[in-house]
Amino acid sequence: MPAVIGKLAAASLALALITASTSIASAQKKYDTGATDTEIKIGNIMPYSGPASAYGQIGRTEAAFFKMINDQGGINGRKINFISYDDGYSPPKTVEQARKLVESDEVLLIFNSLGTPPNSAIHKYMNSKKVPQLFVATGATKWNDPKDFPWTMGWQPNYQSETQIYAKYILKNMPNAKIAVLYQNDDYGKDYLKGLKDGLGAKASTMIVAEESYETTEPTVDNHIVKLKSTGADVFMNITTPKFAAQAIKKIAEIGWKPTHFLNNVSQSIGSVMKPAGFENGQDIISAAYLKDPSDPQWKDDPGMKTWREFMAKYFPEGDTLAGEPIVGYAVAQTLVQVLKQCGDNLTRENVMKEAANLKDFRTELLLPGIKINTSPTDFAPISSLQLERFKGEKWQLFGDVISADAGG
Amino acid sequence: MSAAEDVVTEGNEAVEAVPKRAMTLGLGTSLVVLLLLVAVPLFAKNFIIFQMTQLLYLGLAVLALNILTGGSGQFSLGQSAFYGIGAYVTAVMMEQFNIPYFLCLPVAGVLCFGVGFLFGQPALRLSGVYLALATFALATAMPQLLKLNFLEPWTGGVQGLVVTKPDAPFGLKMSQDMWLYYFTLVVVLAIYVFSVNLLRSRSGRAFMAIRDNEIAASAMGVNVALYKTLAFGVSAGITGVAGGLSAIAVQFVAPDSFTITLAIQLFLGMVVGGVGWLPGSIVGAAFIIFVPNIAEGVSKGLSGAVFGVILFIVIYLVPHGARQVAILGQQFAGRLRRN
Repeated sequence: MPAVIGKLAAASLALALITASTSIASAQKKYDTGATDTEIKIGNIMPYSGPASAYGQIGRTEAAFFKMINDQGGINGRKINFISYDDGYSPPKTVEQARKLVESDEVLLIFNSLGTPPNSAIHKYMNSKKVPQLFVATGATKWNDPKDFPWTMGWQPNYQSETQIYAKYILKNMPNAKIAVLYQNDDYGKDYLKGLKDGLGAKASTMIVAEESYETTEPTVDNHIVKLKSTGADVFMNITTPKFAAQAIKKIAEIGWKPTHFLNNVSQSIGSVMKPAGFENGQDIISAAYLKDPSDPQWKDDPGMKTWREFMAKYFPEGDTLAGEPIVGYAVAQTLVQVLKQCGDNLTRENVMKEAANLKDFRTELLLPGIKINTSPTDFAPISSLQLERFKGEKWQLFGDVISADAGG
Repeated sequence: MSAAEDVVTEGNEAVEAVPKRAMTLGLGTSLVVLLLLVAVPLFAKNFIIFQMTQLLYLGLAVLALNILTGGSGQFSLGQSAFYGIGAYVTAVMMEQFNIPYFLCLPVAGVLCFGVGFLFGQPALRLSGVYLALATFALATAMPQLLKLNFLEPWTGGVQGLVVTKPDAPFGLKMSQDMWLYYFTLVVVLAIYVFSVNLLRSRSGRAFMAIRDNEIAASAMGVNVALYKTLAFGVSAGITGVAGGLSAIAVQFVAPDSFTITLAIQLFLGMVVGGVGWLPGSIVGAAFIIFVPNIAEGVSKGLSGAVFGVILFIVIYLVPHGARQVAILGQQFAGRLRRN
């Protein structure tokens, strides 16, 4: 018996030594599911099919971008395995795909999943699983809520902060304005409207003289414009998506209404809005921006844009170099790479969130000059500043300072 | 295409007359399927269990459409509307009024039965493609109705509503997913047995008489108006329960979840599963869940086209869907036995 005990003791000592030595090793390199010495698995969900399939280009750009990163040797020696699924913008499908990514493919995190309803559907699931839902591709304000949802973070400036910036401008320059609002009847439109009202504060009820909403299924917004003109408003807040924005700009010129026109960032593309609406009709429209517009000639020789064009030519030649989606995809992927670089060899989900909340003055060269990405454990809104711009001739002219507005969820 | 042409030219004959015995599985096969459905989750990952739950409730929704189309010969592209109502009723009751989930489902079912029955009234005047169009209108309207402002305090408007997943009761050591799966299985089995019995009953015979020949049916004394609306009501009610189950499993409802695409998927599931063959509903549901994933695996950019090609091949090779495959299998087995 004693001999047996002796052997056992020796064996357990050896075992203890082994565990001790492995724990020393793991103090240097820490991994959660989805990360190893050679690979980082990243999940993504995009509407490659269905009504929002135009946004699918963002996912394709990201896939191309990570291929470039891998060709350059990866991040700290690890290759990125980017797994992107289609949800067709249908929330139940998003849930299925998110569960597939987390439970079956075992990714480290889900990155830049697109759309407010799809992300809302997996919001609770991701947080109960404690898997990062990082840099979601939607401008809803609720993603900036680190207290209740510490595993979810947005990226782009949220809709409310944008209209708050317009509200600040209106209060300062046109305190007696009569504002007419046209907005899309969904979460996006309502979020913008709320930001405007919050920004105007107590004066909102007197300054906003008309609110009209439209459905995306309507063929045209012309009748709404006519109705809004009849209220005698002198400021027009245009909260519409590209097709309707172009219609509105055209119709306003047609009926000879001359309000100060604010156009939301969603529809400021020169290629898909300003040009079809007619440059002469779009003069002096005010908008706000945070990214460089690829169809804007003033960025033709910009070094950041040049790098982007080279990337597009080499890795994503079928992509549309006049559209905004590849810009967004490229810039947001750069932000993720920065976070993973900061993580070093500690690739746990907790550390990913910690580093995502630790971005200090990070800039991708596709952001407008002066706009920086900053996060903290209490601020989960990476980009929260925009710059006002006015349409002159055939391009947007930036004016004023970079204005920041943080709206919490 | 021929199916659609038939509808236009000759009323309802696209729906083939299925004898009622042929609508179900044999006892032996049923037991094997049941055993598989009970046993597989014990050995599967939570994600697989979730997919199987999806399969069950979508299968239930396809079954509901099958009763309507395969049983009474009426078309509907509006099933997504009933599905959405069921899901919303369940979600709102669970989240806003804290009513236990197992009580919400019957309410969803009864309410959808009512809505379906009422919708069946005007729909009576229409048949074939015209009825399909009227129900199509319902499906298109539903997401917008769910966004209405005055409903927003309950529905959460465009933002949707998050639903809490129930835990296993009685301190059972079972994951939420597994419990929900077995719960769904029991509900689906109960409704399946009910549907089979319904189609074998007097009402079921009346449905089929109407399907096969409306004039002859009314000459035999079948109250055509009543049974047509009844079929609509039953179908809508079952769809509502399926919607309710989906809300619990997915843990989220939003207007965008219940678009016309869903109605078309259910219709597709029914055709692929075999019109009028109830067990085919599960096969049809499997088709609409898994084939898009396969198509996406083949090509991300052309997933829709790949899906179309697969669908085309299926319809071309086995126009009567899974039922045809099952019959072929049976004949093959019979031949083996004789040898």
